[in-house]
Amino acid sequence: MEGQEVGGRPLQGFLALTKRELKKWYKEPLLLLITVLQPLIWMVFLGKAMNLGAVFGGGVPPELARGLMLRSFGTTDYFSFMATGMIAVTCLFTTMFTGFSIIWDRRLGFLNKVLSTPVSRASVIFSKVVYATLRSSFQVLIILVAAFALGLKVGPGFHPLHLLGVFLVAFMVCVTFSSLFLMLALRSTRWEAPMAMVNLMLMPLMFASNVFFPLELMPGWLRAIASVNPLSYTNDAVRQFTIWRLDRGALLRDLAYLGLFSLTISSLSVYLAKKYLSR
Amino acid sequence: MREMVRAEELTRVFNGLTAVDHVTFGVREGEIFGFLGPNGAGKTTTIHMLTTVLKPTGGRAEVCGYDVVKEPEKVRKSIGVVPQEYTADEDLTGYENVMLCADLYGLPREEGRKRALELLSLVQLEPFKDKRVETYSGGMRRRLELACGLINRPKVLFLDEPTLGLDVQTRASIWEHILSLRENFGMTVFLTTHYLEEADHLCDRIAIIDHGKIVEEGSPSELKDSLGGDLLTLECEGEGVEEILRALEGVREVKAEGREYRVKVTRGETVAPLLLKALGEKGLTVKRLSLAKPTLDEVYLEKTGKSLRDQGESPEEVIKQRVTLWRARR
Repeated sequence: MEGQEVGGRPLQGFLALTKRELKKWYKEPLLLLITVLQPLIWMVFLGKAMNLGAVFGGGVPPELARGLMLRSFGTTDYFSFMATGMIAVTCLFTTMFTGFSIIWDRRLGFLNKVLSTPVSRASVIFSKVVYATLRSSFQVLIILVAAFALGLKVGPGFHPLHLLGVFLVAFMVCVTFSSLFLMLALRSTRWEAPMAMVNLMLMPLMFASNVFFPLELMPGWLRAIASVNPLSYTNDAVRQFTIWRLDRGALLRDLAYLGLFSLTISSLSVYLAKKYLSR
Repeated sequence: MREMVRAEELTRVFNGLTAVDHVTFGVREGEIFGFLGPNGAGKTTTIHMLTTVLKPTGGRAEVCGYDVVKEPEKVRKSIGVVPQEYTADEDLTGYENVMLCADLYGLPREEGRKRALELLSLVQLEPFKDKRVETYSGGMRRRLELACGLINRPKVLFLDEPTLGLDVQTRASIWEHILSLRENFGMTVFLTTHYLEEADHLCDRIAIIDHGKIVEEGSPSELKDSLGGDLLTLECEGEGVEEILRALEGVREVKAEGREYRVKVTRGETVAPLLLKALGEKGLTVKRLSLAKPTLDEVYLEKTGKSLRDQGESPEEVIKQRVTLWRARR
């Protein structure tokens, strides 16, 4: 970090900026309500609407239908597959707005004021990353509570402590995406281009992954894209922690990939921030 | 005397457009120095470069002896900035906003708390410190920004359009606050304004900036004197008035239009009685006499060839200013 913060605690500026974002969030009841509602709507409407269980089970003996489901989705209940996928989708949607908050700060002159103080550029970026991550984690909590209430079928060998793993994975994917979207907006003074860019990226990110459908059933080219998408690794890890049987090898691969990915992207965003935040 | 701000050939080009064009100036310790110019003349861009927010594309600048490009951290620690916009968070209270600034400067908690309360009472916001900023008026917001800019006890304070959009009374009270800072803390102040009265009232020295270039520099009275002094206008009937006027000491120029004479003099108040006496001795009566001191307005007109007006601004700038004006009116 550039410049020592004279006399104060080492992370003082970073914590203050994070606190500012958090206060703006919880002091606004409507915003808080929307944060709660958004993942619930996703899960209830999408999760219950796409009843793939009924599709697979149509006209076949129930025994065979269960086998088909289990082979394709790793669980007999499509809602459980879908609900766990919603964790990554919610993280994606919440973090995507971090980029806009930095444009807003620039427009209002707040960013210029902060840049003229000794606070490090990394703190400016990380305060927003951490805010988005905390906000997403709160939503993940709501999803988990609701999913269990709506009848999530846990996998064999499930232990409540596995849920901590879910939060770890959510943390990594949030760091990745909020850094990515911040990076795109670093020098922007206008909404239009970053907004279009986010819209462009959103659908491919969501559908070229295993959120709704397992990779194994995808055509080869799509599977190739999906298998580099960090969302796929997020879902894989989340499902291992909840609805599937835990496979140590696969889980380690997921965590390593996500860890590396988030580390790379966040370091890159800090590097670019130091270089380009001052225009 | 030590120079707290030094800019040499400072230049900033945005996509082929030169916003600040080889500007050279210095601000002495304890001085209030003003950049006077129309919107879009390059004032804010200059402040942004001096406060390390923008990188110069040419030339160099030092603040408190530190290079703004090579030692930005040292510059940032020794300056305070009050931007043109209202940057305080509306959702937070006044106190929370000042504390945020204290944390950005890394002040120890207790020290920050002490200074925040001191500054809030200095700008007379103590009774409102726990109210959300969205309830503040324009003048209160500006004073809050001032408190934030002073939290690190800066050696140089940068004020960008400190009274933009404020009413006359509020403007006068902000001026008093700025003047008292210099008086009480010996602070060096660099400000920009497009209000002539403001530059005249506050600044020890002024640089007139237009199209990114400094066209004139000096103290307000020097600038006014550069116009050739005061103007006496008199009405007098009779012969030989012009000759008598020209012979008087301190008279620089006489223009006659019928019975009306326009006389440029060095100091109006000393020349006027002499003039009356000289004309009286010849038996000539002055029917009417008026004395006009030159205003910065005239200096401005003379130097830039036009009155203060809006120039081509970026849409971003326009929006920022609209937001500021909108908030100031509440």
